[in-house]
Amino acid sequence: MTAQLQIGFIPLIDAAALIVAVEKGFMRTEGLDVQLVREVSWSNVRDKLNIGLFDAAHILAPVPIASSLGLGHIKVPIVVPLTLNLNGNAITVSPALHAAMMHEIDGDPLDPMATARALSRVVAARRKNGGEPLTFGMTFPFSTHNYLLRLWMAAGPVDPDEDVRMVVLPPPFMVDSLASGQVDGFCVGAPWNSIAVDRGIGRILHFSSDIMQRAAEKVLAVRQQWAEKNSQTLASLVRAVFRAAEFTEVPDNRNEVARILARTDYIGVDASVILRTLEGRLKIAADGTIREDGRYMMLAREDASAPDPVQAAWLYAQMVRWRQTTLSLEALKAAQDVFRPELYDAAFGRIGEPRAPAKAIGSFAGPIFDPQNIEGYFAGLPAGGGRG
Amino acid sequence: MGAESSPKIAIVDESPIRAAILEEGLREAGYTDVVRIDEMQSLLSRIYALDPDVILIDLENPSRDILEQMFQVSRAVRRPIAMFVDQSDAASIQASVDAGVSAYIVDGLKKERLKPILDLCISRFNAFSKLQDELDRAKSALEDRKVIERAKGILMKLKGLTEDEAYVLLRSTAMREKKKIGEIAQSILTASELLK
Repeated sequence: MTAQLQIGFIPLIDAAALIVAVEKGFMRTEGLDVQLVREVSWSNVRDKLNIGLFDAAHILAPVPIASSLGLGHIKVPIVVPLTLNLNGNAITVSPALHAAMMHEIDGDPLDPMATARALSRVVAARRKNGGEPLTFGMTFPFSTHNYLLRLWMAAGPVDPDEDVRMVVLPPPFMVDSLASGQVDGFCVGAPWNSIAVDRGIGRILHFSSDIMQRAAEKVLAVRQQWAEKNSQTLASLVRAVFRAAEFTEVPDNRNEVARILARTDYIGVDASVILRTLEGRLKIAADGTIREDGRYMMLAREDASAPDPVQAAWLYAQMVRWRQTTLSLEALKAAQDVFRPELYDAAFGRIGEPRAPAKAIGSFAGPIFDPQNIEGYFAGLPAGGGRG
Repeated sequence: MGAESSPKIAIVDESPIRAAILEEGLREAGYTDVVRIDEMQSLLSRIYALDPDVILIDLENPSRDILEQMFQVSRAVRRPIAMFVDQSDAASIQASVDAGVSAYIVDGLKKERLKPILDLCISRFNAFSKLQDELDRAKSALEDRKVIERAKGILMKLKGLTEDEAYVLLRSTAMREKKKIGEIAQSILTASELLK
């Protein structure tokens, strides 16, 4: 029997596993007839998943948590049976801001602590000269981009709500906004950082993997009710997407994957730009400087696909830290319950087996994150670093 | 509208025709304070300058995510907006998403005042897509007719048929192959291009 599924996605390279699962027959092998539906905004993906127009979605990791807690919109319990990728974002700044920061920097430009301190000095100098505050773009209030930018700045210390402006911009508008000077920098996923570099109007300052070793980025999300009613279909879907993620990460397959993703009905950008992301080898400056990082974007490697409740707790803590909600231990528990490693394991017949503890988040700054001691985490944050 | 003044409504839509249809509907219903925004550059600052009570946005618009930001407390956001419907209004959300529109209330407006606006919005959006469908169908029917005329011409020339015979041949082939006449006609055009 074939199950027919509608799955929403946003044209970004981290939708690769879903697209490859359809195009390379992994879905069909599992008896799934999947229609991928390209969307223009995260709000649309969220709403269409929540009301049942989509069976599943490629979505920002914090959004299913926000939906399950009823933050920002109606409350609909959503579960995550698989992580589509860890990392994969970058922070890009205008050449002018880059120059100003490099003038102030004291340390290694690849060290986010050194750049955050430099940013803090640039911000202070602008204020002294009566200049407008710097503006940074990110993709959605409940996004890793928002939290990564804030985590980085706060270490400076730069207060993201007081010292700079943070604005939401749809990814396809990011590059134009940097070119027109509406924003001075942004945090976004691939391919948009590379496109800014290619146009000579942006410089990649950090890969998000500089800021966190492992940050859940996009997830596969389904309604909890749907998961309960369709456990076999869900298991098939998880297997198909996981196998496609493995396929995508095989170096010999990258050219083919890049060609598929480049199609106009998927991402619609040049295959060579996509290839750079898949290789984790990015041109970071207009002069052609290349930077390589094996952790740039991880799909299936190092257990990246398994949903990790600690990641969910960390995302919830960021919502609290940046005043999107107030702390409650009940909500913390509910947030952790959104990420379901047992649904992931069940798809591969590992039922009731203990899981190895997930690898650490590896944040470059701030107290070590332990969901068992969330008060301790907040107590350890620097003053002015949110939640005030 | 009663004693209360008409709420200020901003329509964010890049389709000028649809926005005009919606605006007209709102005005007919007595909502006199309606402003259209069709330029997405600096959307947030435009909205602050207008200071509307209700914002309506089409779902094909990527800028919808920009509005979501207005729920937040931050320097970029001066007057936070409320959720447009509460939990009990799931049906309204469903109907509006189906129709392709979303609504946001800016701080203060009573929810029951939004309901008639949203209902009107949904019916106008549905009317617009029906119109669009009809237009698309009419367009493709016209295209089909052109293609069929050309295919008939080719058949008449190559097989020495009359116009009626050529049409009968197209129609019977389409029935046999379970395809539309337009598709059969198109394949004749393609084949004749290839064989030139």
